[in-house]
Amino acid sequence: MALSKIQNNSYTDTAVHGQRNLIINGGCVIDQRNNGAAITSSGYVVDRFHYQNDSDATLSLQQSSTVPDNFANSISVTVSTADASVGTTQYSMMTQRIEGYNIANLGWGTSAAKAVTLSFYVRSSVTGTFGGVLNNSDSSRSYPFTYSISSADTWEKKTITIEGDTSGTWNTTNSSGIQLRWAFGMGSTYVGTAGSWSGNLYFGASGAVNLISTLNATFYITGVQLEAGDVATPFEHRSFGDELARCQRYYEKTYPYATTPGTASSYNTITALGIAGMDEETSGQRYITYPWRVEKRTAPTLTIYDQAGNSGKVTTLDNAGTQTHNVGVGLAFAGTYVMGAGPANSAIWGLTFFCVGDSEL
Amino acid sequence: MDEINITAAKYLANNGENVNIEFTVDGVTMHTPLDPANRHYAEIMRQVKAGELTIQEAN
Repeated sequence: MALSKIQNNSYTDTAVHGQRNLIINGGCVIDQRNNGAAITSSGYVVDRFHYQNDSDATLSLQQSSTVPDNFANSISVTVSTADASVGTTQYSMMTQRIEGYNIANLGWGTSAAKAVTLSFYVRSSVTGTFGGVLNNSDSSRSYPFTYSISSADTWEKKTITIEGDTSGTWNTTNSSGIQLRWAFGMGSTYVGTAGSWSGNLYFGASGAVNLISTLNATFYITGVQLEAGDVATPFEHRSFGDELARCQRYYEKTYPYATTPGTASSYNTITALGIAGMDEETSGQRYITYPWRVEKRTAPTLTIYDQAGNSGKVTTLDNAGTQTHNVGVGLAFAGTYVMGAGPANSAIWGLTFFCVGDSEL
Repeated sequence: MDEINITAAKYLANNGENVNIEFTVDGVTMHTPLDPANRHYAEIMRQVKAGELTIQEAN
């Protein structure tokens, strides 16, 4: 190809190069906890997106395949029990907390604070003005924002540019930096004027609709991106493995990806952990050290399951090859990735268990 | 604003030293390190300070 055919402008559009998105799992493709199943109470819908409800409504949230062009997944929200009159201190919202290390370059809390631009695709059966907010870690700084959904059941892309906050305390290490929230229903105590920073605790914007007040209302969101600057660049699609590894800094399991923790599972086909030779110990303890695939944000909460899916228990194997589930053996844990087991028991040859590590913000 | 429904909490010790807290959330037994950066430990300590939860001593 002649050099004259190469277009120089292919290299000058620096705004769309990689590693721009501060949001993890913005395409909603990673769901280690639920494997696509719905949640109806507070918890993680898909990885990194946390639902909190303190209202009289019941919502069903799950990973969905209802998507705009060029996406595989979204988060779906359905109102199964409506709350027609949201109390002043009630709330229903979804949050992604961004680790401080990942926002240090924004300079928030200083005179050099950079603007950020939020973009996402949204679709709802309810039209009108919706709200959300950016908070710091203790929600002592709040930036309520609004976006409009003009056509029911139609995907729309929303873009919101937010000036950098020159005030407040914004964590820049391994604790929560920014909390980005979408409000589904919000009492009057927690809403503020959209479009400016405030020192008040807000979770939503004044005048926004309460989705939770409409029975059977639906809401979908995907393609969530938060980036430095005042331009919304195209959504940064990452590989599945890259996105999974980013999520595993906050949550990891020894089960295969598609197995929901707590599911009865076979040792032979699953990555269960095991401790053998227990019967050889007469007075001490035997330990297993499990190095997580990804370094955790902080020492994780550990949940172990036996092969029958009982939490806090292990499956034991005696010298005759007999398996027994639901056995407590005085497990002790220490450190980020070290688990200990003991005391030894001459009647137990070995034990197996699965493990989940939670270092969420 | 991230309250967790903790229904039981008990220290677990190794060689006489408390190394973690065993607790239950919605019927699931979990273990948290004694690390303020861990959200479960932070929430347990918040509930203890508020008088909403007591941590049992290790056996």
